Amino acid sequence: MVDALTSAFPCLLWWVPLLPFLAAGVIAFLPDARGKLASKIAIGALGGSVVLALLALICALSPDYRLATSVAWFTFGDTVLEVGLLLDPMSGGMAAMVSFVAFWIFIFSLGYMADEKRFGRFFGFLSLFCGAMLMVVLSNSLLLLFMAWELVGLASYLLIGFYFEKPSAAKAAQKAFITTRVGDVAFLLGLIWLYRETGTQLFYDGGSGLLESGALATLAGTTTVCGLAVSAAASLLLLIGAMGKSGQVPLHVWLPDAMEGPTPVSALIHAATMVAAGVFLVARTHPVFSAAAVDGMSVPLTAAAWIGGITALYAALVAVAQSDIKRILAYSTVSQLGFMMVALGTGGVGAAMFHLIAHAFFKALLFLSAGSVIHGCHHEQDIRKMGGLQKAMPKTFLSYAVGMMALSGFPFVFSGFWSKEAIFHSAMGWPGGYGPFLLAATAALLTAFYMTRQALLVFRGNARSKDAEHAHESPAVMTLPLQVLAVGAVLLAVVGTPAWPWFEKWMENEHAHFHIEGFWAHGGIGLVVLSLALVSVGVGVAWNLYKQAPTDSEAPDKLEGMLGGVWGFLRNAMFFDALYDRCVIAPLNFLAGAVDALERMVMVPMMGCFESALKWFGRCTGLSDEEGINKGFDGICGGMKSCGASASKAQKGRPQGYLRSIGVGAAALLVLYFWLVG
Amino acid sequence: MNPAWTLISAFAGALLVLLLPARMAVHSRVVALVAALIGMVTGAVDCLIRLRHPEHAVWSLDCEWIPSMGARFHLEADGLTLVLMLLTGVVAIAGVLFSWNVNQRQRAFFAWFLMIIGGVYGVFMSRDVFLMFVFYEMVILPKFMLISIWGSTNREYGAMKLTMYSIGASALILLGLAAAYAGAGGTSFDLMHLASAEYSTGLQAWAFPVLFLGFTILGGIWPFHTWAPTGHVAAPTAGSMLLAGVVMKLGAFGALMVAMPLFPEGFAMWKGMIAGLAIIGVMYGAFTALQQKDLKFVIGYSSVSHMGMVVLGLAAGTHWGLRGAALQMVSHGVIAGLLFGIAGRVVYARTHTRDLDELEGFDLWRTLPGAAIGFTLATAASMGLPGFSGFVAEISVAIGLWQSFPWLVPLLVLGIIVTGAFSLRALQKGFFAHRKVAKVDAPDLPPLTWPEITAISLLLLVSLSIGIYPKPWVTLIDETLRSPLFHSILSLP
Repeated sequence: MVDALTSAFPCLLWWVPLLPFLAAGVIAFLPDARGKLASKIAIGALGGSVVLALLALICALSPDYRLATSVAWFTFGDTVLEVGLLLDPMSGGMAAMVSFVAFWIFIFSLGYMADEKRFGRFFGFLSLFCGAMLMVVLSNSLLLLFMAWELVGLASYLLIGFYFEKPSAAKAAQKAFITTRVGDVAFLLGLIWLYRETGTQLFYDGGSGLLESGALATLAGTTTVCGLAVSAAASLLLLIGAMGKSGQVPLHVWLPDAMEGPTPVSALIHAATMVAAGVFLVARTHPVFSAAAVDGMSVPLTAAAWIGGITALYAALVAVAQSDIKRILAYSTVSQLGFMMVALGTGGVGAAMFHLIAHAFFKALLFLSAGSVIHGCHHEQDIRKMGGLQKAMPKTFLSYAVGMMALSGFPFVFSGFWSKEAIFHSAMGWPGGYGPFLLAATAALLTAFYMTRQALLVFRGNARSKDAEHAHESPAVMTLPLQVLAVGAVLLAVVGTPAWPWFEKWMENEHAHFHIEGFWAHGGIGLVVLSLALVSVGVGVAWNLYKQAPTDSEAPDKLEGMLGGVWGFLRNAMFFDALYDRCVIAPLNFLAGAVDALERMVMVPMMGCFESALKWFGRCTGLSDEEGINKGFDGICGGMKSCGASASKAQKGRPQGYLRSIGVGAAALLVLYFWLVG
Repeated sequence: MNPAWTLISAFAGALLVLLLPARMAVHSRVVALVAALIGMVTGAVDCLIRLRHPEHAVWSLDCEWIPSMGARFHLEADGLTLVLMLLTGVVAIAGVLFSWNVNQRQRAFFAWFLMIIGGVYGVFMSRDVFLMFVFYEMVILPKFMLISIWGSTNREYGAMKLTMYSIGASALILLGLAAAYAGAGGTSFDLMHLASAEYSTGLQAWAFPVLFLGFTILGGIWPFHTWAPTGHVAAPTAGSMLLAGVVMKLGAFGALMVAMPLFPEGFAMWKGMIAGLAIIGVMYGAFTALQQKDLKFVIGYSSVSHMGMVVLGLAAGTHWGLRGAALQMVSHGVIAGLLFGIAGRVVYARTHTRDLDELEGFDLWRTLPGAAIGFTLATAASMGLPGFSGFVAEISVAIGLWQSFPWLVPLLVLGIIVTGAFSLRALQKGFFAHRKVAKVDAPDLPPLTWPEITAISLLLLVSLSIGIYPKPWVTLIDETLRSPLFHSILSLP
């Protein structure tokens, strides 16, 4: 069967992203009133994608499987710019995950968005997003990946700003778009640079692709600015692109604000899939990142490891002091993406991908659970005003608990535990030192802490507001997706344990074998013990602090008193936004104002001066014409006229007069004659 | 189809409109539409034929015209010309559709309108520089008339300014052409003849900048751009669309087809300078657009920025750069037409304001959803999002620039980011804001009419078709760029 599928796949593969695109196109033409139909079209199309993606996954289960197709996007003389799709373990796994998770989030949205006026449009945007995201993961060319990447950004913009009547949502959408675009243009530069150096932007092209030995050797062998190899310099640009999309410090500021979007959007785009695109990009182009690596270390990889570590710790610290249920999860997403970057930087591509997929499941689960909570609490998002929901919303509580335990890394049965183990393992073995590992380990401890804090405040104790008192369980259409994702979050653990690290090896195109001693060999047991210690400390401290739930929503947080000024610092996300306002937005605005002033005060007036000068010159010539040439001409004419007039006075028409004149004239002539001759 | 139909239909249409009796004045728009349609269909069909049969000889018409000077009536329709003819046809149709409700002196309006279209077709097809210049001049007067009679804000000033710039530019062009004519022996104005002549380095050093500047002033090169925003704002909607959509392209086309092939050495001397001016234009236009309060001024300055990108591609002087410049011409033609059409016609005719602060009170996303959707897509296209034409053009220009002036690329990129910022700002303030002005609810507005919807869809379709599958377009453009005309430019070190 695999053979038959393989032969059909060059065509079939295109339909995985195309189906949602088509759905988006059709929905665009439906009036708002046909929202129900729109949702059916969207879910049907995505269902098709899920089936195809799962078939593709079956094909790609063999680690050395690789299928690349391409079409000419344009040709120019002998230059051909090709775009194409690629099916290998990494893209197959990603496509299956994206379509599967998205499918359940679509189902969830049916319930969550039921009262929404623009219900159909919502599904249209979601479909657009899914098509673009599937294109990102399946792309065989850096160019197509970039194009889909930008469309993903557009869909994200539209969805964050879905409630654009709210000024905060409109602002958040704009912020997200511009911030990620800073990264995007760096990505574009990297893309052009790589294309310039190698003449190709296809990943795999029968030996001449970007990720194949020939091109990699060229890239690693050419040196450019600061003694960096071209591969390293271009990789740094790609890394900036990845940082923008994946919310790495300092380009993370948009992600928490993106929570202004509807909660299913937060689950799908800003937790499970789009924000992971940056990590995926680095994983996909990892051969370029490590092309000039010495001893497993290269400049861009080291940068990724440190940025990842700093991001992981930073976001975990900030999450501790938040009280909006979605913002806590958003910072936690930033933090987890940092973990993945650490893994990539330290060479653990498989570990990063494993964490990416596992995270997609449990973070989508957490967001949807949070959505269910918000739905049940009549759109209350402040955890200080919740409490005691365990009784009112048992199903939601259960699935939330699974997600929370997977994220915090509860031992053994949760996927998050093993994926974090894999990352620790990779970071421990990094020749560049323990820095990223220590940052990540501290972040893991804080993760356990803030997740426990959140769970306790939301579900334990007594209701602290009217909304929480009247909370109700969500309908089945919303709880079923929770259960499916919860099962996924647990089951994934099976394929990634150290004893049988099938998933990681598969992602790295290697075969895995079952070795029970994997649990304790290579220092594995020490790491497991360390993880257990981190989780227990984090959970234990949080439990001690928050088991006695506050009685009313106005009470200050337990930590607030203990931390003092630091609390405010963390609560305001270390004032990054203010910093950007002062250091980036203000100067740019100033520059724009200056250029505008230049235009209005100098350029236009300068041309105006030129015009005035012309006019003035015109007036001068006019005047000289009027006063000089014209008057002069008139004067001469007038003179001649008056001469004529006085001369004509002699012509009186009387013979006597003429005779007298002749006589006088003749006498005068005679006198003149004698005077001259004589 | 014979490509000359484009010319004939436009001029015959103009004549026919003038001959209509007064009681049938309303039908002048139908005549104009039919004329524009013939032009577009001719362009489209000829593009397709060219793509299917690239081996066929290029259509050309070459007959005696003014033998004493050696000027000939020489028209030709190769790849790039066909693409630009198609663009002109599309913008012309959209322009007529957006002017469907013009009710003041309709016959004169459409006659001038068709005159511009005819002149533009003529410039694109001429392969005799004297003929090209004649067509070029033919466009100036109708532009003046359109703006000064049917214009809006400050129209006399705008019309005058634009015309003065055009005439100044023409003087430079004339000087440059005269130098080339004399330098090549003074026997022929044929483009190919002039391009293959040998000019002294001294002549090239001064004649190139004169000729290039003359053309690119009409292309809105910084710092000679100030006519563009003022003129665009003053012009009636169809006028802005034509001005930004195709007339600015005449300048870029002349720079590409005449100035550069004639004086390649001069180009090599001056290209750094040109690239500098162009990159300033890209960023300057973007930053200035960020500060504008009038929606049409935002678009006007964005045109300066986008046309800077065209000149940037020209300055790069490589295959990628020239192709990018040509693509950007087409792309900007469509997108500028779209933006001006929506802002100037769809929105302004209903709200009677283009002030972004005032538009915030209109809730346009609710009262005029069609316009909001159209403008959103147009904004996406204008920002160069993939899937739209702008992306293909921008990436080609960027690659070309990287080949010639790699250190300018970061500036280009900054310009692209700022473009995103001002586009979103205008979109959000103009269409998706929610602010009650003076505690009055937003008034209900009449929905989009069919001519408007058709025009918007047509323009979007063209932009999307280039963005999704640029291959046919690039193939056509490529045909011209590989002609002997460009050998000297593209073989420069």
